[in-house]
Parts: sequence; structure tokens; C-alpha cells
Amino acid sequence: MSLSVAGTATIAPLTEAEVARIRADFPALAEIVNGEPLAYLDSGATAQRPQQVLDAEVDFLKHSNGAVHRGAHTLAGLATEAYESARETVAAFVGADAEEIVWTSNATDALNLVAHGFINATAGRGGAAAQRFVLSPGDEIVVTEAEHHANIVPWQEVAAHTGATLRFVPVDDNGIWTVADAAGVITESTKIVAFSHVSNVTGFIAPVEEVVALAHAAGALVVLDVCQSAPHRTLDLRALDVDFAAFSGHKMLGPTGIGVLYGRKELLNALPPFRTGGSMIETVTMVSSTFMPAPQRFEAGTQPVSQAIALAEAVRYLNAIGLDRIEAREEQLADRLLAGLAEIPGIRVVGPARGVARAGLASFDVDGVHAHDVGQFLDDKGIAVRVGHHCTQPLHRRLGLTATTRASAYVYTTEAEVDRFLAAVAGVRPYFGVSE
Amino acid sequence: MSDALSGLYQQVILDHSKQRSGDRLLERADATRFERNPSCGDEITLQFVLKPGTDIVEEIAWQGNGCSISMASASVLSQLAPGLTVTELQATIDEFRTMLRSKGVGEPDEDVLGDAVVFQGVSKYVMRVKCAMLAWVATEGTMADVATARD
Repeated sequence: MSLSVAGTATIAPLTEAEVARIRADFPALAEIVNGEPLAYLDSGATAQRPQQVLDAEVDFLKHSNGAVHRGAHTLAGLATEAYESARETVAAFVGADAEEIVWTSNATDALNLVAHGFINATAGRGGAAAQRFVLSPGDEIVVTEAEHHANIVPWQEVAAHTGATLRFVPVDDNGIWTVADAAGVITESTKIVAFSHVSNVTGFIAPVEEVVALAHAAGALVVLDVCQSAPHRTLDLRALDVDFAAFSGHKMLGPTGIGVLYGRKELLNALPPFRTGGSMIETVTMVSSTFMPAPQRFEAGTQPVSQAIALAEAVRYLNAIGLDRIEAREEQLADRLLAGLAEIPGIRVVGPARGVARAGLASFDVDGVHAHDVGQFLDDKGIAVRVGHHCTQPLHRRLGLTATTRASAYVYTTEAEVDRFLAAVAGVRPYFGVSE
Repeated sequence: MSDALSGLYQQVILDHSKQRSGDRLLERADATRFERNPSCGDEITLQFVLKPGTDIVEEIAWQGNGCSISMASASVLSQLAPGLTVTELQATIDEFRTMLRSKGVGEPDEDVLGDAVVFQGVSKYVMRVKCAMLAWVATEGTMADVATARD
């Protein structure tokens, strides 16, 4: 490979033989769809789960299910231990301490938790400790034009509640932005910089360190959306020096219904809680209540216990393979996707050019054929892709597109699947009668 | 290619999606509606015109952006609606909706639906029913607006 991504040059990508063995762990990959073997190229939306993860959840429910952090019986103890041990496993996976990991229901929920912490602090909750989260007119929140709606809409709500202004780092015709673009928007007025580590549409890998340096120099806090990076590459959130980060379980071989918020310890302990109620309090009177330290202060009500335990098993599964090797493999698959799509007339791929680092996905427009029709045609051949705006309407508007088709790879994706996909895409325009 | 896909993308539909009837906006209409399918971003602006002093449809004009199914169904509707009374058009829309929700087992009434029966193949694809309904839902909206304006 001639691709140059720092740090991966010496890492051996997963081989086809290894991928074949990995695939045997995933029951869903054996499905026949419309008479064809499933080619699952929609892991960017949700990943399939290995038997080990399915078993971990069922085994817990069969043998150790109980209410966590309450009760004195044996199962309650086993459940609490497994639940907190899962937190330690996931914390280590992203270079954090266990008390810096908050379970949420998904990444959107995690981002809302942070956003509403700012809103609540601005409303006077959290006392002196929460002063650093108070926003007022003149303050600015910075996102990028390429963000997922989950990293735009909550900040619009923060702006509406606090009087702060939402600004954005503009992207170019390919959906890419640079450190210079970010530097043009981040100022002394900036209080929050929220952006994605890896774009779910373009596969663009953000210059995190540089933007964190800019944000911190301006006195702003950084919120990083790592939904598309945590499943696919080694992540050290402390080394990246971000203040908050969010990701979901179901994109990394784990269950739905479980997400993660990372926050630096001193920030989490100062951030006012979003949801309140049982399990997150110290003392409750009929007048007022005091809250537990993080992470419990953010985990009100019954928690997704079996999901957390299964997510920890997904982490162990990924660790056993090695994230570096997964990343190197996906880099190869991305190049195969880009090289193949470049050969097909009428295809416009968005995002970084071939040879520039990108995640293992490609989104594209087919001239003359709507993305939904592309997706339907591919599904007829057993090929699962994502079509639509991928929850990024502003980015698509900027690209001049209403919808794109996205193929996304993961640890179980074969070269043969990519080739099947490419052959099918070549048949789209002829089928729909679109001429050159 | 599977039979189901050929049933979905009948040549008539592909032709309508490219050579669209009614694909223009008028200076005057009795009602105008904008409809969007938020999950995919498909959108349509649709105008409804009655023959002056009657409840007979004169014209349905529209402009939109979307998949072949949503655009072709708007095109077919704009051909089918003129000359129908408001009551007849609502009955046609009801029959169209029933056909689309039949999950591939319904027997559509060709006398009511005319050319719109070509969308029967959509009923096997639950994810695409909303595409086929887009213009038809917009039309229901314009008819409701006209009825409200008369009250």
C-alpha cells in the first residue's frame, strides 16, 4: 500500500483468511437476501453482532440478572459487579477512567446530556462549580457544517435557551474542512467546539489535536463525536485531550440501547445533571435533593444493564483482533471502494480524494438516479447500503445533493463483497435507462 | 433481476419519472401544499386547481425532487385527476392507499385507479409506500385547504 497514514505503515492489515474466520462468528452475515448471500455494507449505520456478544447478553440474563446498585441479594451483587466491570472495560478501550464513563441510551442521548448540562448551568443549577458551563449572549458555540444532526440540533437548543450564538466551520465542495477553516471561526468568544472525529458521510478524519489546541487556547471546551472512530481505530481520549466524547454501542458490534459519554472527571463532577430521579441522588427531602458524583449523577432510573455487559464483550472481541489491524484493513477496503467507483461512469464520490486518509466508507451520487432507487437496486442483489441524507441535511445541501448512497465496511467485510457491490453499482444507470 | 424489482420499476414508472406530466408551477392555484418525506428528504410542491365554480378538478401541477417512485406517482396523478370530482379524486386516493398498504396481496380496482395500478409492485416494499404516496398526500392537503376555504 502506498497510502500514508501516520502510525499504520507497519501494522499488518487483517487478511482475507482472518476475515473469513471472523465472519463465522456473525450469524446475521449468513442470511440470504432476495436469493443472494447478504453483502452487509451498512455498518456505519449499525454493525452486526458476533455470537460472543449475543451470548454475553443472554448468559447475563440467564444467570446474573438483578437490579444494580440496590438490593442485597446475590444476583443484585453479581449484576452490579458485571455492570461496573463493563464500565472499566469500556473506559480502558478509550483511554479513560471508569468514573469518566457515563452510560447513556445512545450517542445522541450522550450529546444531549452535555448540551442540557450547559442549559441547566445557565439556568442557575449546579452552583459555583457549574459556572464554567454558564453561557450568555455573545458567547459562541462552534460546530462544523459536516456534522450529524445529533451534533447540531442539541447545540441549536443550547443557543436558543442561553442566548449564545451557534456558528459553523464551513466545508468545501467535497465536504471537507481544514484547521485553517476552524481557526477562522474559533475566537475568544467560543465556549464550545463540537465536531466529529470521523464523518459518517465523507469518511473525513478530523485534525483533532490541532482543533483541540485552538479551542483550548480560546478557553473553549471540546465535545468530540467518536461514533465513527471508536469502532474502527485505536482511541485515546485523554491523549486527544478532548473534554467530552460520545459514541454508541450498536456501531461497534454491541447492542442498541447503550451509548457512552466520556467526560473529564472534574468536568463531569461539575456538570449539572440532565435526567433526575432515582439512583442519582444522595439525599432527597421534600424541598430539595443532592446528587451523587459522576458517573452516577447522570444515570437516573433503571439502566441498560445487559446492554452494557454485552458492549464490554464487544470491546473484548475488538481488542482480541486489534484496532490497529482493523483500521489498516479498512484503509485497504476504502481504497478498493474508491478505485472501483472511479471506474464507473456517472459516479461522484464525496469526501477526501483517493490516497488521502479516510475511514472505510464511501458516499456517492449516481447521476440521473436517486439514491433510494440505487439502494433498492442493490438490495435486490442482496447488498445492504445506506441511502438518504444520513442525518446530515446541511452537509448534503452544501454538496448540492438531496441524498447519497453510502457503502461502509467493517471488520467482517470481504474484498469479494466490495467487488460485488462495485459490479452492481456499474449496473445501476443502465437499469434505470440513464444514458451517458 | 428479481420479479419483485421488475414489478416495482415497471417501464411505465421509469418513463414517468423521466418524462413527467404536470411538472411545472402555476401562477394561480386554489391551494398549494409542500410535502416532505423527512426520512429521505424527498419533497414536492403541489398545486390544485378546480374548474371555476365547480368541484371538478381542472389541473394538478407540481415540482419536486425525489426518487423515481415519488416523481412517477406525482406524474401519473396529474394525468389521472383532471375531470374527476373532488369526491371521486378522494375515492381514488383512498383506493391507491389501500393498494399500497396491501403488502403485495391486494387486488386493486383498475376502474378507479386507471394507470396508477402500475404502482401495485410498491406494496411489496413497505419502505417505499411513503415515496408513492408523497404527491397523493399533498393533494389531500390541498383538497382540505379548499374545503376549509369554502366553509
